[in-house]
Amino acid sequence: MKILVVDDEEDVQPLFLQRFRKEIRNNEVELDFAHSGEEALEYLKEKHSEVVLILSDINMPGMSGIELLGHIREDFPTPPPPVVMMVTAYGDEENYKQAMEKGANDFLTKPLDFNLLKEKLKTISE
Amino acid sequence: MHFFPFLAAFLLALRLNKAIKFTALRAKWRWPLWGIAALAIGGFILCDDNFEDRVSCIIAAAYLLGTIEYLKRQDDFKSFSILLTAHLPLVAAALINGLAELFVKNFYNNYGSFFVSAEVAAFVWIFIRVATSKKQQQVIKRISERKDELEAMVAARTAELTNQRNALEETVKELKATQAQLIQQEKLASLGELTAGIAHEIQNPLNFVNNFSEVSMELIDEMEAEIAKGDMEEANAIAADIKQNLEKIRHHGKRADGIVKGMLQHSRASSNVKEPTNLNTIADEYFRLAYHGLRAKDKSFNAELVSNFDEHLPLVNMVSQDVGRVLLNMFTNAFYAVHQKQKTIGGDFKPKVEVSTRKIPAPPSGGRGASVEVIVRDNGTGIPDAIKDKIMQPFFTTKPAGEGTGLGLSLSYDIIVKAHKGTININSKEGEGSEFIITLPVS
Repeated sequence: MKILVVDDEEDVQPLFLQRFRKEIRNNEVELDFAHSGEEALEYLKEKHSEVVLILSDINMPGMSGIELLGHIREDFPTPPPPVVMMVTAYGDEENYKQAMEKGANDFLTKPLDFNLLKEKLKTISE
Repeated sequence: MHFFPFLAAFLLALRLNKAIKFTALRAKWRWPLWGIAALAIGGFILCDDNFEDRVSCIIAAAYLLGTIEYLKRQDDFKSFSILLTAHLPLVAAALINGLAELFVKNFYNNYGSFFVSAEVAAFVWIFIRVATSKKQQQVIKRISERKDELEAMVAARTAELTNQRNALEETVKELKATQAQLIQQEKLASLGELTAGIAHEIQNPLNFVNNFSEVSMELIDEMEAEIAKGDMEEANAIAADIKQNLEKIRHHGKRADGIVKGMLQHSRASSNVKEPTNLNTIADEYFRLAYHGLRAKDKSFNAELVSNFDEHLPLVNMVSQDVGRVLLNMFTNAFYAVHQKQKTIGGDFKPKVEVSTRKIPAPPSGGRGASVEVIVRDNGTGIPDAIKDKIMQPFFTTKPAGEGTGLGLSLSYDIIVKAHKGTININSKEGEGSEFIITLPVS
């Protein structure tokens, strides 16, 4: 299962790689990273058919996670559309509402609970 | 005629005694004066009985002269010197009378009445002199009373002025204290704006610290398992990861540390020490803090943050926490302006706040050195022409009561223009946005 993680914080990458160490070794999960909404869209142009899940931060300089979500839903409607989970430090109503309106599948708050995330992954892969 | 000098001495003693009746001198001089009077009577009777007139005259004159000279030498009778001097003609008349009677007896017998008249005249002269001097004294007394009056008025006026001056000094002191308090309040207000932003900025590194330490513990379990299996290669790889994680933990710990330090610095009284500072770092830091601060207050707010930092910006000699406050103020204003516009227009409006830095080389003509420019631009409500002149004034604010101190821009002006010899320029069009341009000399 290919997962794209979008976050402007660079250290998100080693963190995810280690948290999913076992899963990666067992070839259950494959992780790719983008540091901005723009980069994510560029990446998706080529690989949108492979990516099953997109985990995106909302608050990023430039294109916000919500905008990225809008683009994903517009540009890549081909079935099956990727599952998009929004991640944010601001677990507030307004963000949640916006994300859900734009078609997010789930809404997670930072700090990420990786065990919970893994549970959710299982339900997606089943 | 020895009668007049003795009478004069007697009357003089009585007069002086009367004059000092109600003064402190009475106790000291009462008896000596009575003594002088008694001696005068005694002298008169003694002379009258035993001597011829010519000797008596000289004795009487000598007695009067002695009395006068004695009293004149007393400090206590200084104010009576006119009275005392007035007796001298009588002394002279009596003396001449006695001497004439003694040495030019015939002449005296022929013209004796002149000598007596002279003595009488000298005696009368004493009283005339005393009367006129009394008048003079009254005038002097009136003048001195008037003088006292005037002096009292001057003293009263002086006291009044002194009181006024003290009151003014007190007021100035109070004003200074109030000003200091207001500046501190403005700092606290901006700290309040920062708090939410700071919380967010600290949360991020803390998340990393927690996550990396958690994952490292798991990795150690895994490493132990690999070692037990004998897969040393994998165990070493995990060890390398753990080491990397510990570095990350340290990095993010320091990041949080820096933010807290910055916050403390912001709330502390300014040290006023100028140091070479990277303006980009400060601008970037406060840009994000201001944004997150406003976002934390109003979750619906969102804006596009654009930063164009000149990577070759020279270090600027400045009091970083003061300039930081100015930038924070500019950013907060910009976000406030776009937020207000978003609230009124809503819909398609895309709030945008932009910060740019650039170096301005020294003009070839010389005179000034190089400077740097920070531009804070927003597409918010803009500043109406009517209030453009006022926005730098202390206590001027367009915010609802209680929300703004009205000191932000006024303090910014003090910091940039007065303390750093820089400039603040404003371009703004109502409804379209504003642009604040801060220029600071490099050194």
